[in-house]
Amino acid sequence: MLDLGIFGEETPDGDTTWAMSLLSGLEYTLALVALSWIVAMVLGSLLGVLRTTNRRWVVALGDAWVELFRNIPLLVQFFLWYFVVPAFVPPLKRMALEMDPTRFQLLLSVVCLGLFTSARIAEQVKSGILSLPRGQRMAGYALGLTEAQTYRHVLLPMAFRIIIPPLTSESMNLVKNSAVAYSIGLAELFFRTREMGEMTFRYFAAFGAATVLYVVVAFAINRVFAWVERATAVPGYLGGKR
Amino acid sequence: MTAIKQAALFACLTFVSAAAHAQALTGTLQKAKETGTVTVGYRESSIPFSYLDNSGKPIGYAMELCGKIVDAVKAELKMPNLKVNYSPVTSSNRIPLLENGTIDLECGSTTNSVARQKQVAFGPTYFVINVSAAVKKDSGIDRFEQLKGKTIATTSGTTSVPLLKKYAKAEDADFKEIYGKDHAESFLLMADGRAAAFVMDDILLAGQIANSKDPSAYKILPGSLRSEPYSMMLRKNDPQFKALVDKTIEAVMKSGEINQIYAKWFTSPIPPKGINLNFPENAANKEAFAHPNDKGVE
Repeated sequence: MLDLGIFGEETPDGDTTWAMSLLSGLEYTLALVALSWIVAMVLGSLLGVLRTTNRRWVVALGDAWVELFRNIPLLVQFFLWYFVVPAFVPPLKRMALEMDPTRFQLLLSVVCLGLFTSARIAEQVKSGILSLPRGQRMAGYALGLTEAQTYRHVLLPMAFRIIIPPLTSESMNLVKNSAVAYSIGLAELFFRTREMGEMTFRYFAAFGAATVLYVVVAFAINRVFAWVERATAVPGYLGGKR
Repeated sequence: MTAIKQAALFACLTFVSAAAHAQALTGTLQKAKETGTVTVGYRESSIPFSYLDNSGKPIGYAMELCGKIVDAVKAELKMPNLKVNYSPVTSSNRIPLLENGTIDLECGSTTNSVARQKQVAFGPTYFVINVSAAVKKDSGIDRFEQLKGKTIATTSGTTSVPLLKKYAKAEDADFKEIYGKDHAESFLLMADGRAAAFVMDDILLAGQIANSKDPSAYKILPGSLRSEPYSMMLRKNDPQFKALVDKTIEAVMKSGEINQIYAKWFTSPIPPKGINLNFPENAANKEAFAHPNDKGVE
């Protein structure tokens, strides 16, 4: 019943096989995930830290950022970034017209997915820092460390260890959320899957293959984080072996 | 009564009941009878075949023809109060939704192709389109060949995608393709200047142009990548419903009523903006109406 021959068949344009077409989609998915993960981690950590300081306007800015990106559906955000924002930002409009269209789609997808995820990571970093006893921050200051040094050497090392499990989920979510980039026509894995379904009508085979690929990628991320969690465990703390 | 006579009588009865069974409803008609509803799938922006008017009601040329079929189903089942549901479909989900029974009849702008006939059945061809390209008038593009090296927008999931790739290969033209997820989005890509052309079925292009802010700013290139027949889509292996669809639409075509319906949607102002598509019946359409058929394109 399960006929895998379809993956060896040529696509209608005769350039490649369906298996290779899906793998080329996977390449875009992986590129999108890797780049937007970097954007999300850098921005998310920064905003998460800023939201735990006592500068009121900085905290307000961070809160506004998180609420803005958390409260708009991802699909809508993709549409806004691709069709609406360039209409109001002339440099972006120029890029839209001059850049290679596929690169431009990838760029906007990275921005969109990166910012969306940064809001969620900011929330986790904030909760990680707030979960530490107040005394740790005070101890840092008592030792004569500056605020930045206290974050760098006292608070963040523990906070990041604490939030490894939710960060794992968030990174796996990023893989799954990347599929929404199909809506602006980025030829990533889900786009290629739909294309294969529509042109061969073998929806079961196409989506079955995509499911396997997504699971493999998400699970690989899960394993990497599990390794990081073990490798960075502090003996006697948070379940680290003494 | 001898055993032989009894056997003969039994055989006769069996035969009679078998004949009665042959008249029993099957497929879509049986489903309509049992559930008291029939669901028509429509497209939200396939002007003028199947689209939403200002009040959000699906209307159009294909919807009107499907209305005839629904009326025929009501008459056939003697159920004047049969409930008709309307369900929006897209070019990517129309076949799965038809196959799984969410919709019973799809009335939009679906190409009847041999490949699709492996999955679904089609009614008589009600329109023949040419795949062409819409460009801005001030782009200076008059022929397909001038699109070489340019970015071209098309709607993902349509037959235009492989067609465009084949053309690119045959002509050794190096296109960059970008995809919109529906025609309005693909048109936006072209109108926005991100793509030089929007390659799609000519009548759909005419529809998008007629509905744009400034219809005089766009034109459709002459020439055609290929012709395709449009038809309503129904489930495969459903002979009773298929016969009813064929009979109903053929009657509309043979009686000439089709010409009035055609004129209403293609050469007169249509909702929502009262725009006239100015798309008179061409030779291919006349031929399709004169000789109703459900032949698919390769």
